[in-house]
Amino acid sequence: MRGRRIGRFLVPIMALALLFTVTGSASAQAAGPTNTELATATNILWMLLAGFLVFFMQAGFALVETGFTRTKNVAHTMMMNMMVFCIGAVGYWLVGFAFQFGGINFPFPAAGSAGEFSFSPTTLGDISGHLDKWILRIGQVGLLGGDGFLLTGLRDSAGLLAFFFFQMVFMDTAATIPTGAMAERLKFSGFCIMGLWVSMVVYPLVGGWVWGGGWLANLGRTLGLGNGAVDFAGSGVVHMVGGTVALVGAIVIGPRIGRFNRDGSANAMPGHNLPMGILGTIILFFGWFGFNPGSSLAFTGGGMSLAVNAAVNTLIAGAVGGVVAMMVMWIFGPTKKPDPGLSVNGILAGLVAITSPCAFVDSISAAVIGLVAGVIVCLATFLLERLRIDDPVGAVPVHFCNGLWGVLSVGLFADGNAASAGWNGVAGPVTGLLHGGGTQILAQVLEASSVILVVGGLTLAFFKVLNALGLLRSDPRHELMGLDMPEMGASGYNSVDVHMLGGHLVPQTPHVRAGGR
Amino acid sequence: MARKIEAIIREEALDPVKDALHEIGIVGMNVFEIRGHGRQGGIELAWRGTSYRMDLIPKIQINIVLSEENVEKTIEAIVKAARTGNQGDGIIFVYPVEDIVRIRTGERGHKAIMYPDDIDERKGR
Repeated sequence: MRGRRIGRFLVPIMALALLFTVTGSASAQAAGPTNTELATATNILWMLLAGFLVFFMQAGFALVETGFTRTKNVAHTMMMNMMVFCIGAVGYWLVGFAFQFGGINFPFPAAGSAGEFSFSPTTLGDISGHLDKWILRIGQVGLLGGDGFLLTGLRDSAGLLAFFFFQMVFMDTAATIPTGAMAERLKFSGFCIMGLWVSMVVYPLVGGWVWGGGWLANLGRTLGLGNGAVDFAGSGVVHMVGGTVALVGAIVIGPRIGRFNRDGSANAMPGHNLPMGILGTIILFFGWFGFNPGSSLAFTGGGMSLAVNAAVNTLIAGAVGGVVAMMVMWIFGPTKKPDPGLSVNGILAGLVAITSPCAFVDSISAAVIGLVAGVIVCLATFLLERLRIDDPVGAVPVHFCNGLWGVLSVGLFADGNAASAGWNGVAGPVTGLLHGGGTQILAQVLEASSVILVVGGLTLAFFKVLNALGLLRSDPRHELMGLDMPEMGASGYNSVDVHMLGGHLVPQTPHVRAGGR
Repeated sequence: MARKIEAIIREEALDPVKDALHEIGIVGMNVFEIRGHGRQGGIELAWRGTSYRMDLIPKIQINIVLSEENVEKTIEAIVKAARTGNQGDGIIFVYPVEDIVRIRTGERGHKAIMYPDDIDERKGR
């Protein structure tokens, strides 16, 4: 018996050993993978692994937003965070990816010093013949990509499929941000349309300008502004876009009933589950290690340096952001206690801010960026309340304000990391104001203002239309009873009490319509 | 005549009070999670930088039905176990009880709240 069991292990081990011998001798005969193939495979694997981590951030967002809202809206808030992924994935697959990256491989004619140049992700293998069309382009100014709808033609390009995967989960991060700012009063049907709006229109549009070889990325080659707009992992492309939609949404939809008094003073509406919020934050922090380092799109060559820098700086800025926000509240807060809710926001603020500059700065700059982020998030929270804008989870202070700070901080702190040389087709490395790079900050300002004006303007019109159609704000009666019953037809927490108060322990045909109208 | 003691105490006082009651032979009791405030009027909390007053504080209510002659001893045990000397220690109400029915046996009155080894049986020994 015993001998047979050992034999069962021995056979595969011997087979494996044989396999190694065969492949070993094969590569000795130079028929195995070349160095380039190995590098490409490494980069694609890195891309996928980082993408899996970013996907998991969805769990973090769901937990933070639901923990920070009230018991009567948990099913609604959780559903938004789950379905925004599904809806967004469809929208991004249909047209979003093509709008954003359809022109990334377009060979722009000579401009500046770099000559003919495309923005294609060369680390992911040969992509010639793919993603090389602009729908809208004025000279070097790419406005809207036009190839890769429904991933057609990309079936055999593993690198580009991995690239799509990675970019899709990024888009979803932007799409899920506004649900927090509009939670507890956003109509579910309106939310679904918003998911398509972000994934198919505003995110791909601006994302293409910065990452898809559009006009903002090209500012370095066309106008000589540093390396063009540089946004390593998307403080602007992802967080500011999501944050802008969140801010405009929160303004148009208005505060929750009872949030502000007639005299302008605010009432706290404590979230129902702080442990949920904190667990979500830790999951987000974890996912960010895919979000930022993965944006190197490579782990070979300069990619490794960029990725490792990004990982370390992400860690430091997130930690410092959390410490600073905690201390600010401990010293200046209304109860002089280390406020857990704002500590959560402080960590996320540091992470959002370092997202743009993470690969281009040293750890001291990362700490400074996190420090400023921790202060900004507290000040912005109080400012929003002063302006009577209701943002239940702090999406605007975290993603909009610190996304803006992150984009600008590249133009200040980037220290000319050698691995960033050649970024966006400009020979030199990314260098900020404090390290002698004069014009980089201008490109960053242009990126930030484009996001505010274009995403803000289009989204304002979009929400106004939704509002006029009655699809934005839920019925006040529903809002007061909680959106779970009337909108979802389900309650989030079904305790025994509900059965005992409401009816029967044995299943019966419901004789009352969900929502109890 | 039977009495009902309604003791409202701190949440963290439940275990000490329960032990003290068991020690003197109080066997039957009901415990509720309640919210409320007395003279203190609530406490100041903050949520994401906005302070608010939580004026309905979570408390524990213990209901005990017992004979009149055991009331003082029981109150003494509860006060001793629940008292910290700070605001929020709680309050005790005592009510008369009209009648008692034990559902299983149909026993009425004092008989319905007799248990083996309870405060009355110990006195008899």
